[in-house]
Amino acid sequence: MKYLLLKHYRGAPTPADWVPMDQWTPEEVDAHIQYMSDFAARLEEAGEFVDGQALAPDGAFVRYDGEGRPPVVDGPFAETKDLIAGWMIIDVESWDRAVQLAGELSAAPGAGGKPIHEWLEVRPFLAAPPTVTE
Amino acid sequence: MNEPLLRELVPAVIGVLVRRGADFASAEDAVQEALIRALETWPAEPPREPKAWLVAVAWHRFLDAARAEASRRGRELAVETEPPAGPVPATDDTLRLYFLCAHPALPGSSAVALTLRAVGGLTTRQIAAAYLVPEATMAQRISRAKRRIAVLPLGQPGDLGTVLRVLYLVFNEGYSGDVDLVAEAIRLTRQLTALTGEPEVAGLLALMLLHHARRASRTGPGGRLVPLDEQDRSRWDTGLITEGVAILQAALARDRLGEYQAQAAIAALHADAPSTAETDWAQITEWYDELLLLTSSPLVRLNRAVAVGEAHGPRAGLAALADVRPDLPRYAAVAAHLHERAGDLRHAADLYAEASRAAASVPERDHLTRQAARVRQLLRS
Repeated sequence: MKYLLLKHYRGAPTPADWVPMDQWTPEEVDAHIQYMSDFAARLEEAGEFVDGQALAPDGAFVRYDGEGRPPVVDGPFAETKDLIAGWMIIDVESWDRAVQLAGELSAAPGAGGKPIHEWLEVRPFLAAPPTVTE
Repeated sequence: MNEPLLRELVPAVIGVLVRRGADFASAEDAVQEALIRALETWPAEPPREPKAWLVAVAWHRFLDAARAEASRRGRELAVETEPPAGPVPATDDTLRLYFLCAHPALPGSSAVALTLRAVGGLTTRQIAAAYLVPEATMAQRISRAKRRIAVLPLGQPGDLGTVLRVLYLVFNEGYSGDVDLVAEAIRLTRQLTALTGEPEVAGLLALMLLHHARRASRTGPGGRLVPLDEQDRSRWDTGLITEGVAILQAALARDRLGEYQAQAAIAALHADAPSTAETDWAQITEWYDELLLLTSSPLVRLNRAVAVGEAHGPRAGLAALADVRPDLPRYAAVAAHLHERAGDLRHAADLYAEASRAAASVPERDHLTRQAARVRQLLRS
């Protein structure tokens, strides 16, 4: 079963004692980055990693505006918009395993070397229809 | 198996098929199929004459495809027999392939893909993996590109500028996937210097070699980005630097300066310096001035501000930065660096944090976050 682990720039609940990353020490920044890359490597080894990507914070809403007209572009995003920072797709045996992995990812070290307790969104993929239906 | 040799043969084999009467698109498809067969069978049964083997297999593939097409359309096949190959102008053929694959009518990503396949002899799968797109997408991109150039009038002079831009794009794509695009770009540019005496081609080759020479020192543990002033210069490849500088000097002696030669000259000055402090920043600034006359690129203006800051102090650098568009990527990073050197740490830290949010890649973002953290730590101590 595939699950999407979503990381937010904003829009997720803010953990208590949250310190923005640029206010950590350089060593704490390094430790955090190392943890994240080790985590992905471990998932790859376990045969559970599918994909991971990071997104820039900018962008815009876009929609069709009728025949012969250019699309409407609504941006940059309002400060209140839920903003996705990136994702990891995992392919695991169960929801419980997905939750366990999200928990580990959220334990990445931050200021003072303590886990950041970041809230991650975990979303199951809709699967392809099964071959056998009865 | 000698895969590099196999790849080098690809443009020449396409040339043979085209001279025998095949159209470019079909010839290129047939050679790609022969290439895939070769990759599968050569390890077990290496041919005695690799090129003849490729020509024979590709020609059969071409005839099969052409027959299928002819019967589908109920037409006679025009190229049934093998015409004599005649004298072999392989050099011109390969040069023509460069021009065709990097045709100005093609979008950059298509020109890159087609060049890597037809001139570079890579398989669609390898190109797709290098650019992290599905193989079917890459195959489609390549066949659309071929359809696009098939309708162009023949005999147009090629545009060397777009060829060089395509090779530069490949070089800059870097090191993802199992195919080393940097090495591939260097190989294709080196091959191009043998086909044309244009000093800009040599300039681009020199630029690539001089940057490639610093490759080992440019990333640290975990893929972290190491900026120029922190690189371990003992790890720079002096062989590549010597070669790059020699190629550049020969090109500059021709007295037809272009943007790649000017960029290579800047890279050569860096390569020549034992440290950032001992770098000839005044001369680098002059090269940026030359480069501005040649391209008037905003990015060059930004890099020039860095050089001015090193040559004449951070205040002069900030003054030079005033002429640069602030919406450029890396603008905030450069401003942060100059403000830090000018002693305005608080402003520098904010700018580094802003720059990290505007970064175009994860390693760059991590690096700038680390810079922000470092300056904030200085402020606390």
